[in-house]
Amino acid sequence: MAQDNGERHWSRTSSLMWTMFVLWLIFSFGVHFFVDSLNTIKILGFPLGFYMAAQGSLIVFVIMLFIFAHRQDVIDREEGQAED
Amino acid sequence: MATTKDNSGGFFGFVIVLAILEQLGVPNKFIGYGFVFLTIAVYAVIGILSRTSEVGEYYVAGRSVPAFYNGMATGADWMSGASFVGMAGTLFLLGYDGLSFVLGWTGGYVLVAILIAPFLRKFGAYTVPDFFAERFGGGFARMLAVIVLICCSFTYVTAQIYATGIIAQRFLDMDFVVAVYVGLVGILLCSMLGGMKAVTWTQVAQYIVLIVAYLIPVVILSAKKYGIPLPQLTYGQAIQDITNLENQMAAKGLIASAKDAAGNAVAAKPHIKPFTTYDPLNYFALILCLMVGTASLPHILMRYFTTPSVREARASVAWSLFFIFLLYFTAPAYAAFAKLEVYSLVAKGTQLADLPAWMYTYGKLGLVKVCGVDVTTAQEVIAACGKIANHPGVLRMQDLNINADVIVLSTPEIAGMPYVIAGLVAAGGLAAALSTADGLLLAIANALSHDVYYKMINPNASTKVRLIVARVLLVFVALAAAYTASTKPADILSMVAWAFSLAAAGLFPALVMGIWWKRANTQGAIAGMILGFGVCVYYLVGTRYFAVSFHELWGWLGTASKAQLDQFATLKQAWIAAPEAGKAAAWAALDRHAQAIASWWGVRNISAALFGLPVGFLAIWIVSLLTPAPSQAVMDMVDATRRPRGDTIIKDKGALAH
Repeated sequence: MAQDNGERHWSRTSSLMWTMFVLWLIFSFGVHFFVDSLNTIKILGFPLGFYMAAQGSLIVFVIMLFIFAHRQDVIDREEGQAED
Repeated sequence: MATTKDNSGGFFGFVIVLAILEQLGVPNKFIGYGFVFLTIAVYAVIGILSRTSEVGEYYVAGRSVPAFYNGMATGADWMSGASFVGMAGTLFLLGYDGLSFVLGWTGGYVLVAILIAPFLRKFGAYTVPDFFAERFGGGFARMLAVIVLICCSFTYVTAQIYATGIIAQRFLDMDFVVAVYVGLVGILLCSMLGGMKAVTWTQVAQYIVLIVAYLIPVVILSAKKYGIPLPQLTYGQAIQDITNLENQMAAKGLIASAKDAAGNAVAAKPHIKPFTTYDPLNYFALILCLMVGTASLPHILMRYFTTPSVREARASVAWSLFFIFLLYFTAPAYAAFAKLEVYSLVAKGTQLADLPAWMYTYGKLGLVKVCGVDVTTAQEVIAACGKIANHPGVLRMQDLNINADVIVLSTPEIAGMPYVIAGLVAAGGLAAALSTADGLLLAIANALSHDVYYKMINPNASTKVRLIVARVLLVFVALAAAYTASTKPADILSMVAWAFSLAAAGLFPALVMGIWWKRANTQGAIAGMILGFGVCVYYLVGTRYFAVSFHELWGWLGTASKAQLDQFATLKQAWIAAPEAGKAAAWAALDRHAQAIASWWGVRNISAALFGLPVGFLAIWIVSLLTPAPSQAVMDMVDATRRPRGDTIIKDKGALAH
């Protein structure tokens, strides 16, 4: 079992949170600022700007959360903070 | 859990039986009854089998719900009757701008997972106010949290019960008030005996019913139209067709149009064009408020108290979003197919005498209007359109007014599917409304029984008394909500969207700062909650109910145009000059205009948290720094909250193994 290291655990937890938070900002707001330019690109008939708001960002959110759950679990284990 | 699996298998068998009955000529009404009563019976059986006499099981389902099933239950808890019935319709009406709801109601789960839920699970609270009491020094913070919780949950639950009444009324021809109380019985059967444990497993069953009901009609439609049963992929084609039809209709004057740069007529509000209804500020403000609201609504947060571990709480948020995503990424496809259907009808130049049957079906319910009158008879429609100057005698988009609810409810009929599918959709809408109502009622009743009664009034109450009080309060809150719903309060229904801003402004800053900033103290949290929530309520109530004085006080911050300001002055003069008999009417006109222009920087009141959130965060920060730091014990507690390892902070007293 890894050594109990509370402070390093929290700093790694925080940086994972900030990474996810920035991604959240980008896919909640950032890409949609450019909806007009993205709409000039077509994929499967979808204008890309419309597609990002209707599906693209949602898919990113779902994938992000599974990766987050996994990454945080790895951090907990490596820093000796996991349950049981 | 075995019952869940059996239930979903049984559900499919049941749909097939009803389909056979339809073929045999059993009247539609009985098929409708069959769907509604049998699904409610299934929920009730699960609810009764899950009865419990343990406090831990009643409040947090014994903290034993696996991540996957908790995700499904959260999905049902989250998706309301309005999401199920109205979301696709909103997208139909608003096009791109409606996607702010799709984004806002999904992205919030990222905040739930990374900022809040795992930490609250480690905390070991029974209710959200538990966290406030423990972290921010007791009774007063708890009471503030209870007040915010009740404000945002009660209007919401009333709307859910209202939705069950509407669905039962439409599909079963029941009297609305009777339907409301039938819905109430369904809700209480699911929740009263088993609390959170029962609600969890009925919500899992309800999720299965609602997602199947949502997907089937649109999957069939996609397979029929484009040969591929994946509507989420094929509606790209539909969107192209929509754009082409928009241009054709604009050229023929069959849709409200504008001139493009080259002087050609184009549709004024094309489906894919952004910011035709909301300006960018309001579009992004709405997304932010819905997302942050999602991360603060107590009935959602408390679902993550039920998982066996912190790790499972995180996984469970991911599963929740996945199950919610399945519905929300389908809704725009529904909207696109429905729009294509309606546009094709209009673009080919349909005579007013030849309106399709579904328009009459929903016209009789007051949900489809042409030229301003309900579509009940062809003569009336033709007469109404005849009064419009230069009307070409064929149906135009600008004549047509479709209620948002019609889109999902009528898709089976528009696509010519058998009635059994329409019954399925009704059962799905009912499942969505019932499951959300259950979660909300439990959140309110638990706050009253656990936080107010047990923690503040009678801390020595025995387990038995606590559970009796919890159940009695549940029944009372449910009755109060059903009574309110039965009066058809238009205001309450329009206030539901406010719940997100209220929860966001009142709870989010203190929740996040309490976990992520050790220095946050009691004084700061209390100031933040009162000021954040206060600003939000002031803006909501001010712009809605006191619009005239709000505008007069804050007009210099508003964005009204010169013409709008002049009109305000004219209407105000008219009101002052009006004789006694005409005062009320003159005031109504003035107030209506004031509601349209009263604002700070043009922000619509649905996004009031845009002001409440920064005020809340700033108040916590400034007041905390001006007052003494929290004690070492509180700092240590925050540290322990951040580490999954070890016991929960609040010890479960319900004598549980977990």
